[in-house]
This record gives sequence, structure tokens and C-alpha cells, in this order.
Amino acid sequence: MTELATYNFAYLDEQTKRMIRRAILKAIAIPGYQVPFASREMPMPYGWGTGGVQVTAAIIGPNDTLKVIDQGADDTTNAVSIRAFFQKVANVPVTTKTTEATIIQTRHRIPETALQAGQTLVYQVPIPEPLRFLEPRETETRKMHALEEYGLMHVKLYEDIARHGHIATTYAYPVKVEGRYVMDPSPTPKFDNPKMHNSPALQLFGAGREKRIYAIPPYTQVVSLDFEDHPFEVQTFSQPCALCAAKGSYLDEVILDDKGGSMFVCSDTDFCEERQAAGHRGHLSPAQAEAAE
Amino acid sequence: MRAATQVFEGGFADSVLGSQEIFRALMDAMANPGRIVSVGDLAQAPSPLTPVAASIAATLFDHDATVWCDKPIKASEAALGWLKFHTGLELTNDPAGADFALVTDIDNMPSFDAFAKGTSEYPDRSTTIILQVAGFEAQTSLTLEGPGIKGTQAFSPSQLPRMFTEQWAANRGAFPRGIDLIFAGNGLLAALPRTTRILNKEA
Ligand SMILES: [Zn+2]
Repeated sequence: MTELATYNFAYLDEQTKRMIRRAILKAIAIPGYQVPFASREMPMPYGWGTGGVQVTAAIIGPNDTLKVIDQGADDTTNAVSIRAFFQKVANVPVTTKTTEATIIQTRHRIPETALQAGQTLVYQVPIPEPLRFLEPRETETRKMHALEEYGLMHVKLYEDIARHGHIATTYAYPVKVEGRYVMDPSPTPKFDNPKMHNSPALQLFGAGREKRIYAIPPYTQVVSLDFEDHPFEVQTFSQPCALCAAKGSYLDEVILDDKGGSMFVCSDTDFCEERQAAGHRGHLSPAQAEAAE
Repeated sequence: MRAATQVFEGGFADSVLGSQEIFRALMDAMANPGRIVSVGDLAQAPSPLTPVAASIAATLFDHDATVWCDKPIKASEAALGWLKFHTGLELTNDPAGADFALVTDIDNMPSFDAFAKGTSEYPDRSTTIILQVAGFEAQTSLTLEGPGIKGTQAFSPSQLPRMFTEQWAANRGAFPRGIDLIFAGNGLLAALPRTTRILNKEA
């Protein structure tokens, strides 16, 4: 017998899968609403994306190709571990290429390459309740969602403006889904918020510790909260990617030496590598550096 | 006994992968309202349950799911026995307390109002109604729009509940409360989540 035979397919038992699957169907039918589910212990600690892992485990099958990213990168410990986990328990093909994946599990980024119809993006969510920092009581936040009482959220954003002159929230920037539910997009940079709007892909969100699943169907309106005199704006970068010269991708600062030297490169490693393979060169890319020497 | 073998046979050839395939079809259908999704490798249940309806039941039902079945199913000991044996479902006679409803006789089904719509705080505590239909090639077509639909989507199930457009408009009006529909056809399935709007004046 192979080692696989000692596991349930995709790790979860069938009853747990059914329970999660029922929650996913409800989440799709009520976009942006957080469906409670009975989260299970997974063979990894909370904070490692157990919610996302459970969602992926409940939907994945032999026809899928899985990509896992952490902060945009396929090669971090977290992404490598989750990818290896599903290779082992579901025996599915994996990829780092956004265009080849049917399921992309992500922590903190949306790929730069536009997602396609038929793809599913699974977000790992630490805190699903966008009102949690304003109102710690679950009974109260539930009432606020029921009554569409989102005034507190606007007050919080407006205090930002009063204090900083602009909305200082840059991660987990709240959105309104299809004009109804205010939703936490997980700690992605607000740079990624516009990608959620009208996406051809299905977006599923899993919070393991907080036991919530929510969803955005394809072609659904997702609007970042803002004010008429302070419209929503994404981060912009003053320079292109140092490796692939991309303008308009989300950049991370990478420290180069202990003298404070650094460069800005795409956080989406697949996007950056694809561009470099297509011949795009940034001012610090290896080929360029050699030519300069 | 024939009835007894009918009850114990006819599950998925592979229960793990069979239910995974049906679930993905359901997820695809719910995320893309009105899209017709084909499914294979189906469960086989006694009449009046069709293979697609039986497969959906085997995928979604268990002892944590309360299910309301319509008269023709309840009248068939074999069909009820099959559902109990293959899913372990919890039966109810109260449509307002059902997580799922399984409907084979659409003309005589209760109105949507009879089922659970959930509460404003828990709109997910609602009934998902599974309608057994012959197919999706009716003469008249509904025009759908809403989340999951790029522009509009035509949808032509062979049967619809009475006063469907009016009932659906009321269901849509109750959002986020409401029922969701799954259509089980012949080797095909489709879904209408409560978010979908029907543009036709009448149907
Ligand atoms: Zn780059």
C-alpha cells in the first residue's frame, strides 16, 4: 500500500467535508456574509492558515492543480508546507504558475496576473470580522450586520482622516460586497482591493480559529469604503520592480546589505519570474548587473 | 427482497470522489447562477428519486442535515429507505425547519414562504430546495442577472414552481434572508441563489 492509503483523501473525513461544503454553498448564496462552521483541528497551528486549508481540502479533487502563495511568494515555509501537505494527502498536481492553477490558496496577496473564470481563490483569514476592533462582542457585530449599521466603520475611517489627513488603513481595508455586507478582505494590501471587484474567479475565505467561511461569487460588486472628499486610493510605488521593471505591481522592500542598501521587487514571485523569462529586465536584475560590470 | 436490495445498492461507485465531483458541480452552479453543469458517475436510487437528485442528497445530507421530502418520496418506502441508508439524514415534516427540501412533484409543492428563510442575524439558517426537473430546454426562458453572472444569463428549466416569478421576486426582496434553489436534471444540474434577479415580467 502507498503511504496515501493511511490518509482520508484531502485529510478531512467525509462528514467534515460535507459540513464545510454546505457552509460554502451558503456563503456563495449570501456574498460577504460570514457563515459559522465547526472548524476542525488541522495538523498545523492556527496562524498557518487552517481555515484556508480546510476550505481547500473540502473542494479539491483529482482534476485540480493547486498553487499556494504566502505574501505573493510560492517559496516561503508556509506556502511550501501547505503545498506539500496537499500533494501528500490529495495527490494533486501543484504549480507556481497562476495561469495553470485551478485553486490558488493565498495568504495576504492576490496574484498580479488577472484571474480567469473557473479559478477559485482561497484566502487564509485570521480575523474575519471587520467590525471586531470597533466592537468586540460577537452578538453586537452580528446585530450590526443584520441592521446594516456600518456607521462605526465610517467613523473609524474618518478618524484616520482627521488624524493623518488621509485614510491610514493600508491592510485589511474594508469593502462592501454587492451593496450589502461590509467584509474584511483578509490582511491583503489595499492595493489588491480593486482586483476583488467583478473578478471572473470565485473567491472563498476561511477563518479557522474564528470558525467562519465567506465568499464572493464571480462578477460581484466589491467596493472599498471611502468618502466623497477622500476617495479610496491604492498604494503607488515611485519606482518600477528592480528585477523585472514592472510598473503597477505591488513591491516589497528587500534588504541587500547591512549598510541599509535595499531594492524594491514584485511581491508576486511568479509574476516577476514570468516577466523576467519574457525578457523584461529591471535595473538590478542579474543580466543587467553583469552587463554593467 | 427486491425492495431491500434497492435500499442498500446504488451509492456512488467511489463515495469520496463521487461526492467531491458532485459538490464541485454544485459550487460551480451556485457561483454561476443559471449555468447548466453536467455530472457523471451518479448514484442510483429507487423511484421517484432521479440519479442526479440522489447524488446531490448523497453529497450534502447526513445526520446533521434536516430534510423535508415531498409526498411522492414519502410514499415510497424504497426511496426513503435509500436516503436513510446512504445519507443518515434527519427527516422532518416541517418545511420551515428544514435545511434541505427534496421536491419531485413541483406542481404540488408548498410555496417558498413555507420554508425557512433564516433570520436577519443568521440568514444561512435557511432551506435549500432541490427540485427534480426533466431538463433545461423549456420553450420559455428566464433572463437572470446578479452576482455570479456576467451581464445576463438565459435559464430554461423544464418545470418551475407555481407563480414562480412572483415568488422569486418576494424571495429576492427578503435578502439576505431567503431560500436557494438547486435544479436536478438528467445528468445535469443548475442553481439559483437568493441573490439572482429575474428580468422577465412574467414566466
Ligand atoms: Zn518584478
